[in-house]
Amino acid sequence: MRLIAERCKGCVNCIKHCPTEAIRIRGGKARITESRCIDCGECIRRCPNHAKTAVTDCLEHIKQYPFNVALPAPSLYGQFNSDVTIEKILESLLQVGFDTVFEVALGADIVSRAIAEYLKRPDIKRPAISSACPAVVRLVQVQFPELIDHLIPIDAPVEVSTRIARDEAVKRTGLAPENIGVWFITPCPAKMTTVKQPLGSETSNISGAIGISEIYGDLLRAFPDCNGGQKLRRASPAGIGWALSGGEVSAVQAAKALVVNEIESVNGVLEQVALGKLKEVEYIECLSCAGGCIGGPLTVESRFVAQYRMQQRVDGKMNPDAIGNLSVNVDYAAVLGGDERRVIEPRPVMRLDEDISRALYKVEVMEDTLKRLPGLDCGSCGSPNCKALAEDIAQGTACETDCLFKLREKVRDLAREMVEVADRLPPPLVKQSGDES
Amino acid sequence: MKADAGLSLEFTLHGADFELAGAASSKIKRILQQVGVKSDVIRRIAISSYEAEMNVIIHAYHGEMRVSIYPNRTEITIEDEGPGIPDIKLAMQEGYSTASDHIRELGFGAGMGLPNIARCCDAFEITSEVGKGTRIYMMILH
Repeated sequence: MRLIAERCKGCVNCIKHCPTEAIRIRGGKARITESRCIDCGECIRRCPNHAKTAVTDCLEHIKQYPFNVALPAPSLYGQFNSDVTIEKILESLLQVGFDTVFEVALGADIVSRAIAEYLKRPDIKRPAISSACPAVVRLVQVQFPELIDHLIPIDAPVEVSTRIARDEAVKRTGLAPENIGVWFITPCPAKMTTVKQPLGSETSNISGAIGISEIYGDLLRAFPDCNGGQKLRRASPAGIGWALSGGEVSAVQAAKALVVNEIESVNGVLEQVALGKLKEVEYIECLSCAGGCIGGPLTVESRFVAQYRMQQRVDGKMNPDAIGNLSVNVDYAAVLGGDERRVIEPRPVMRLDEDISRALYKVEVMEDTLKRLPGLDCGSCGSPNCKALAEDIAQGTACETDCLFKLREKVRDLAREMVEVADRLPPPLVKQSGDES
Repeated sequence: MKADAGLSLEFTLHGADFELAGAASSKIKRILQQVGVKSDVIRRIAISSYEAEMNVIIHAYHGEMRVSIYPNRTEITIEDEGPGIPDIKLAMQEGYSTASDHIRELGFGAGMGLPNIARCCDAFEITSEVGKGTRIYMMILH
């Protein structure tokens, strides 16, 4: 997540909606505490001045590789009218410079099967929580470390697709794997960050990620030259459905599954899981964006429009047995990342101090401070709410007079004191002034 | 805060107030995270405080929850004014519940609360007087 400082007006829209309270306004500009940021993109969505952006790659970057594969997220298809066929969209990617395409929806097809198998295991923690949305995985790390065992230890469709796509490209071109650029066409910044700081694996296989909004114009311009005549391999409607909230559950065909989207609601549901409720639920699909990936901050179309279009495509029943057409011998363990998986670590960023006694002391300061604050949660102090300001005061990064109401109170008290002092002029002075007159 | 004294928190609980149900436990959980207690320990404290909090809301009229967080342990005492428990041994059995159908329909009162709390705690005491109320003490080592 990056801030374009000159666009930031220091308004409180972003701090009010950040689910991990990672942003503060200091010196009139927003500041993101990176260790707390889960890359959900909520701040991008809420900023009226478009001062937040995600660092993504652009089409120029693909030139550094001799051979490039585009990995379109299924949500890309919802950005265009449903009369623009998927074949045409895939072809347009070739037009703008990619050498081949590999649908992430195909990876989703494979992952759906793997998850269905995983859910049959009797020894797993229930409810199993989907790990497909990287912002959700990070939310668990930061806010619900006790639920890390519940995350499904299977890589996200994009990682799986990347492995197969690179392997295929190596076979096709004879180039070394590192000479092949594999580019994710992404609806969201969290997936961008996954490339730089992968979750659950040592390194990401993805070369880079290009935001849908970044490439949208290029694709539109390429459409007239595409007739959809190329025979490109296609994913199943179920795999494509992963772009929609609930799509994962229906692709996995899981029973007793709960679907939740929008990061605040995800937070609420995970809270219930952490309290030991929801034991009867087998599987939870959590997506950070409203409506699922089609609501990603790097998309172009309204998510309602995109949802309608996606639904049309999913219901279109095109290529129902696409996974059968997947003409690779899929070595499940290898493409699903089982070999190179590493443990997802908790990120205890909410902790106030390394030393437990000092942390306890800080909590006490915080609680005392909170009682004195007005509790309006206006955000004018630059912290998202009074509780967060109290925390910042305990941490020594803010002071009580940052609160406008406390400041006014103090000014009023000072003014009163000044008036009182002014009234108490020493007698000789009064006499002197009387003498003069 | 004195060197050996813990951080004290107090919550007032109201019977049948499902709107605020779980608020105390959520706050305790957040504070424990800020203190830096290990996540599996936090989970045990959160689950037991939540179950105990819900018990007051479901069964009693009114209750007080006192929490003391020390560097090495958390102690929670919950005292309620309510109908009390006639047979504690029976109430401690899994699946035993006196909750009404109405409560069960809401997804509570499966009779798992007390045994769940006992499982999560390093020390657990319960005393009750019929017609007066119930007192639960629980301690979890960090």
